[in-house]
Amino acid sequence: MSLFFAYLSVVAALVSGLAALATDKRSELDRLATSLLRRWPKLHARAQCVFSATHYAEYHRNSLFILLGVSGVSAVLASAMALFSGSVVTDTLPFGLPWLHWHIRFDALSAFFYLIIGLVLVAVSLFGPGYVREFEHGKHSLSVLGFFTGLFVAGMELVLLADDAFFFVIAWELMSVSSYFLVAFQHEQASNRRAAFLYLLMAVIGAISIILAYGVLAGFSGGLTFDQFRSVKLTPVWASVAFVLALIGFGMKAGLVPFHAWLPEAHPAAPSHISALMSGVMLKVAVYGFIRFTFDLLDEVYWQWGLVALLLGTASAVLGILYAMQQQNLKRLLAYSSVENIGIIFIALGLALIFFSSGQARLGTLGIIAALMHCLNHALFKSLLFLGAGAILHNTHEQSLENMGGLIHRMPKLSGIFLIGCLSISALPPFNGFVSEWLIFQTALQTGNLDSGVIRSLIPTASAVLALTSALAAGCFVNVYGVAFLGLPRSKHVASCHEVSHQGMLVGPAFLAVFCVLFGVFPTPLIETLNVVTGQLVGSTLPQVSALGWLWVSPVAKEVASYSPFLVLLGILVTVSACYQVFYLRSGRLESRRADTWDCGFGGLNARMQYTSTGFVMPFRRIFQPVFDIDERIEEQKSGPDGFHTQRLRYHLHVSDISWGYVYQPVARSVLGLSRWVSRIQTGNIRTYLAYSFFTLLILLWGIS
Amino acid sequence: MAWLLALLQTLLFIASAPILAGWLKKVKCRLQNRRAPSLFQPYRDLRKLWRKEPVVAHPASWIFKATPYIVLSTTVLTASIIPLIAVNLPTAKVADVVVLIGFFALGRFFLALAGMDIGTAFGGMGSSREMMVSSLAEPAMLMAVFTLAMSASTTNLSEAMKYVLDTGLVLRPSFVFAMLGLMLVAVAETGRIPVDNPTTHLELTMIHEAMILEYSGRHLGLIEWASQIKLMIYGVLIVNIFFPWGIAQDFSLRSLGVGALSLGLKLIGLTVLLGLSEVILAKMRVFRVQEYLSFAYLLTLLGMLSHIILEIQH
Repeated sequence: MSLFFAYLSVVAALVSGLAALATDKRSELDRLATSLLRRWPKLHARAQCVFSATHYAEYHRNSLFILLGVSGVSAVLASAMALFSGSVVTDTLPFGLPWLHWHIRFDALSAFFYLIIGLVLVAVSLFGPGYVREFEHGKHSLSVLGFFTGLFVAGMELVLLADDAFFFVIAWELMSVSSYFLVAFQHEQASNRRAAFLYLLMAVIGAISIILAYGVLAGFSGGLTFDQFRSVKLTPVWASVAFVLALIGFGMKAGLVPFHAWLPEAHPAAPSHISALMSGVMLKVAVYGFIRFTFDLLDEVYWQWGLVALLLGTASAVLGILYAMQQQNLKRLLAYSSVENIGIIFIALGLALIFFSSGQARLGTLGIIAALMHCLNHALFKSLLFLGAGAILHNTHEQSLENMGGLIHRMPKLSGIFLIGCLSISALPPFNGFVSEWLIFQTALQTGNLDSGVIRSLIPTASAVLALTSALAAGCFVNVYGVAFLGLPRSKHVASCHEVSHQGMLVGPAFLAVFCVLFGVFPTPLIETLNVVTGQLVGSTLPQVSALGWLWVSPVAKEVASYSPFLVLLGILVTVSACYQVFYLRSGRLESRRADTWDCGFGGLNARMQYTSTGFVMPFRRIFQPVFDIDERIEEQKSGPDGFHTQRLRYHLHVSDISWGYVYQPVARSVLGLSRWVSRIQTGNIRTYLAYSFFTLLILLWGIS
Repeated sequence: MAWLLALLQTLLFIASAPILAGWLKKVKCRLQNRRAPSLFQPYRDLRKLWRKEPVVAHPASWIFKATPYIVLSTTVLTASIIPLIAVNLPTAKVADVVVLIGFFALGRFFLALAGMDIGTAFGGMGSSREMMVSSLAEPAMLMAVFTLAMSASTTNLSEAMKYVLDTGLVLRPSFVFAMLGLMLVAVAETGRIPVDNPTTHLELTMIHEAMILEYSGRHLGLIEWASQIKLMIYGVLIVNIFFPWGIAQDFSLRSLGVGALSLGLKLIGLTVLLGLSEVILAKMRVFRVQEYLSFAYLLTLLGMLSHIILEIQH
């Protein structure tokens, strides 16, 4: 039954994609309906109404997103069934190679990631109809957007279902290529074309790496199904080769530093609801691939792998958030923050690998559960924030924080929802982001159980970096919320905007916000569900997690650490209402007087005197200077004798990613150099090429015989 | 019964916080050859502020008005989970020491938002600097906490204190480093000299005060009270974690009395130390704070390393 809903979800997404192709086919459909329904006058009248020029666009748009919604709901249903029953369903589909049909397996791990897709997809399908309206009158046809959205979603779901390497790679490529077209959707801007090309390039390199990783397993097992992979025993060297290839391949898609450069380019380029899907879900599918490969397919893990994952994760987390802070484009900022969160997930996975390799299965399980939980949490709040950014973009046509301000008075509902997202992503109790980071800290604290002194001292240092990261994230999102929503409006568009008119654009993010609060306040049922996942994946669970009752989380043991977010929330509410009561009872009213802002007695405060986003993050830019590539100039235009009189001042600041200069440009240069070297044998003369073919054939024949 | 006792302990905590602030002022005045105000002056100030109607700037939103309540409640909640005069109270189970850091972060998040809510340069400046100081202080604090937690193999404060009590008075190099680091962090987080000056009247030197510049009346009273409680929280954390002797392990009146008395004496000692350092030291430039906090981090890192190298037996 769970598999039925899983298939239904894929089919609904595909149908939505195919239906999108009918965007510009109104007249044809109208004729078709007329010819088919001539005998039923009632239906015919209805069809004429649907296919009329005035209504068609709206009906069509809504039906696309309803289909996506159906896909999302059935994904949630499928995962709920699989997680509650704890059963593993397998199937083969009659597609693929003659000797290798597509193998399907829907277990708890796939089901959990299905849940992530489903929840975000429901929110996106609520948000979408209002958001894509503005594209209808633009240059681009909605059919492209809708078609590739459907394929993209179906591709992600098929990756989760795949149980053989061949099918996995096909689904993976379907996901990558269709998302390329989504990134390139608004291709009239050169920056978007560049972003899309970079994305495609990285996706191809990542895919090659993944194929090679599977190749190592296939070479030793003699087959392509995951079942054959699971039973194969590899030597440590080959296992490490496979692991490194998988880490590069999946890490490239997930956006680990230093493979992250495509992410801050591609995510802002796509339409906002697609950014939500890419950042919230696609990165998680890459994490899924990594977990599946490392913990399921490889039979043994080594602590060195954990260390590599831990170091890459730590670097991604801290660099991601530092770069996020320096962005003024809201969507770009959110994309960099995804790098940070993927880093946090890999920190947890690295810890899990280290613990598993030293025989501490229960602590390793804790690490995996923390990672999975952060996957879900990040999907929820990051999609929320991207949808919120989309709503702001839709209403004000502003992407830059420096032009926003005071939105809380103009979009009160959206600002409330967005605040929940900001609180969750900053890992503040009692919201969901805090729970998963707390679990990671708890995992890191158990290092006393390890033998190696070096690892024992490295892990606390890594978790200190994690603490730095979460504190910086709080600073970053104070900046986002404070500059965008509070204070005075910094541009005309923003000053005159108001709440989004399409209700769905509020309901979508609000749906995610509800889950952010729910999983933050009641995390224990979720962790119990994750126990099912780890039970199937690694055969180990956290039995102590609800030792104090279901309102409490005690991941290791009840004396070691416990946290009850519900009681925390209750405590906050009780104290706030007590304060309120005390003041209210004494005076009988709670009034405050409104007055002008204090201006040191000079008068004339205006919006330009507020702190800007660039100003807000300046201390961080200065303290962490070495990790940025900063181009800061003051241009002065002087006049008068000896240039005493400054006529014009221009401040120029550009912070760029240090990885470009250190990693990408050297690689690009060497690739160019190599190809120039190779091009020497390409004379352009057909006789030379014939000679090449002849000699190649000769050598091959010689080799065969 | 235990929950009631925990509630009483929390009330005692938040009610005695202003007295600690008054005592600190007395120490500083005595050291500077000034006449000190009465010990109870902070209560009078708070009462005066609570009676006054707050004035709210025109651009302020609900966040500005809600922040004092949120800040106070997170601080009270933090106070409630810290064992003050008795261990074994059930509230310590609600949140461990990592959550405690999270509570401070939550209060700070709203305070920084409130600073930006009115759309002035001062508020933004204060928020930006506060977030900078706190983001550098947090790793150091966590490292100190980790040293403790790894020694006691728990992050539950009550359990950790019991562990220190049980092992008796032994010199642990890791604890010495962790305590020194935590003291430096406490100075930074509570906005004392040399990181920040709570009594300054020069806008450009303010961090915490710049954020709350626009607050008045009832709201200001709540925030002042919250920062007094926060000062006491750090004081209690330091003395009860590193010198928990005297704290009540059962709930008889006698041991509770002993607990209260010993805590009072320890806090008096710690406050004298703080007052002394405030009188001796001058406030640092803002961009020296990073060096100060990296030093704190270094100390706690040394504590962690010495724990791993010297104290773990196999």
